[in-house]
Amino acid sequence: MSDNDGGKNGGNDIESLGFEAALQELEGIVERLEQGQGSLDDAIAAYERGAALKQHCQKKLDEARMKVERIRVPEAGAPSETEAFDT
Amino acid sequence: MEDSPFAPPPTDARDPSEGQPNNAPGNLPEYSVSEISQALKRTVESTFDRVRVRGEISRPTRAASGHVYLTLKDDKSVLDGICWRGQAQRLSIQPEEGMEVICVGKLTTYPGRSKYQIVIESMELAGEGALLKLLEERKRRLAAEGLFDDARKRPLPYLPKVIGVVTSPTGAVIRDILHRLVDRYPVHVLVWPVLVQGEAAKDQVSAAIRGFNALGNDGPVPRPDLLIVARGGGSLEDLWTFNEEEVARAAAESEIPLISAVGHETDTTLIDFVSDRRAPTPTAAAEIAVPVRADLIARVMENETRLFHAVTRRLGEAGTHLTGLARGLGDPRQLIESRAQAVDYAWSAIGGAIDRRVERLGLHLTGMAGRLVSPAQQIERFGDRVKSATERLGIAGQTRLRRAEEHLAHLGTRLSPLRIDRAITDGAREADRLGHALDASATRRIDDLTARLSALDRVLESNSFERTLERGFVLVRDADGTPITQAANAVAGQTVGLRFQDGERAAVIDGEGSGGKPKAKPKPKEKPKAKPATGQESLF
Repeated sequence: MSDNDGGKNGGNDIESLGFEAALQELEGIVERLEQGQGSLDDAIAAYERGAALKQHCQKKLDEARMKVERIRVPEAGAPSETEAFDT
Repeated sequence: MEDSPFAPPPTDARDPSEGQPNNAPGNLPEYSVSEISQALKRTVESTFDRVRVRGEISRPTRAASGHVYLTLKDDKSVLDGICWRGQAQRLSIQPEEGMEVICVGKLTTYPGRSKYQIVIESMELAGEGALLKLLEERKRRLAAEGLFDDARKRPLPYLPKVIGVVTSPTGAVIRDILHRLVDRYPVHVLVWPVLVQGEAAKDQVSAAIRGFNALGNDGPVPRPDLLIVARGGGSLEDLWTFNEEEVARAAAESEIPLISAVGHETDTTLIDFVSDRRAPTPTAAAEIAVPVRADLIARVMENETRLFHAVTRRLGEAGTHLTGLARGLGDPRQLIESRAQAVDYAWSAIGGAIDRRVERLGLHLTGMAGRLVSPAQQIERFGDRVKSATERLGIAGQTRLRRAEEHLAHLGTRLSPLRIDRAITDGAREADRLGHALDASATRRIDDLTARLSALDRVLESNSFERTLERGFVLVRDADGTPITQAANAVAGQTVGLRFQDGERAAVIDGEGSGGKPKAKPKPKEKPKAKPATGQESLF
């Protein structure tokens, strides 16, 4: 949510887009494309952006790995280390 | 202790029954007030070193020093109580008048006032009703502060990168959460181990929430973007940590969105009101925290497919449209070729036209040249023309003469005496015939006329005035012979002629007026005239 408003122009901003924002934009593009609105150039540009967004979403989903850590609680101050968590 | 010199007496005093009957007045040790007070203090403190006392709070007061004084009572007795400042701040409940509590502490005496009291170390509410009452009071207070407002609730991240879980590291709760997370969407989880029950629990839980929020974005430990505070089911007392105001406030202050998952569905703790989202169970918290990755993959793939199809269809449509337009546009080569052909045609037409023009001009020139006769020729031609004219003049005269002759001859032939003879003969014959006819007709006509004439003569004869004269009438005529028919015309003295049947006689008119009457005399004479004239009168 916080990295939601990455902007919708250009291609470099996609990297900073959150998954949900990217997916929503992709769905918006698909919907507009399916309605056949806009010029052909726009449609192709939209497709390219849609493909990049899909790539981005895919990457985010592929990155999902389970990693469980346990905070080592210090006597004072902020925790500075973690250790593996065995359940 | 500094009162060691008095140690023996209390030993003795511990068993007063031993020597009481025997060592009556004389053997009784003598205590000073302080000695006995101290002895009592030692006895009370060692005997009631740690006790749980249940009672109702009466007149709780907080002194300026921060110590809290109160009285515990039941229906028969009262017990003074004190809670030193340090302990008072850490009490889980704030003492209130009439509150039924269980206090844990030790008994001590206050020798200066001959009093004993309980030094309270911890205090808890006695009975569920009391706990709920307390909870309601807290809720009311926090609600009044606006901590429960919907406007405070922050949206949860759709796909958290790091989830901080505040719970016990042992037990089913963390396992349930981790399992559900693995099932749905594997993610980085940081577990902050805490006690979830007992005195220390509220401090640990609060510290954990604040600790996660204190993490920097770039620190060695990643800052979570979602927190889950969880505990399994239990009694109201078991869950009481999460009804603690300190814990609720820590949760309310959390900048990181927080899901509370304490107890089972029916259990609602104070933290549930201030959290951004309340999960009925720890497992449900994991479900709220992350979407199902497989669903997302399917959604992304579906969108990819639709994207591809949409753009493919769009391109196909554009291609078809283009083909259609191209068809309308025609083959450019053909266009060029046809244009080239047109150019060729035009070129050849121009060439031909030029050729023809040149040719025509040539011919014209030739013609002109041809017509450009030399003066000699011109003279010759004039000579010819003169000659020819002369000749034609001669010829013309002859021709005309000949034509006149021919015409004359023709007229001559037409002028035939035979014709004239015949005409004369015919004419004579006709004249003859007509003469005869004329004769006959004339004769007949004369006969007729003669006959009619005689007839008329007879009639005339019969009607002649002379016949009338025969009957006695006289015709009066003037000198000129003109009959006088009017009396007016007969002037007196006028000579008139009177004709009778058999001859004339002259007479003179006698008078003018009177003469009329005598004249009228003859009139009766007409009567006899009329009688014989029967059948002839129509003639008059």
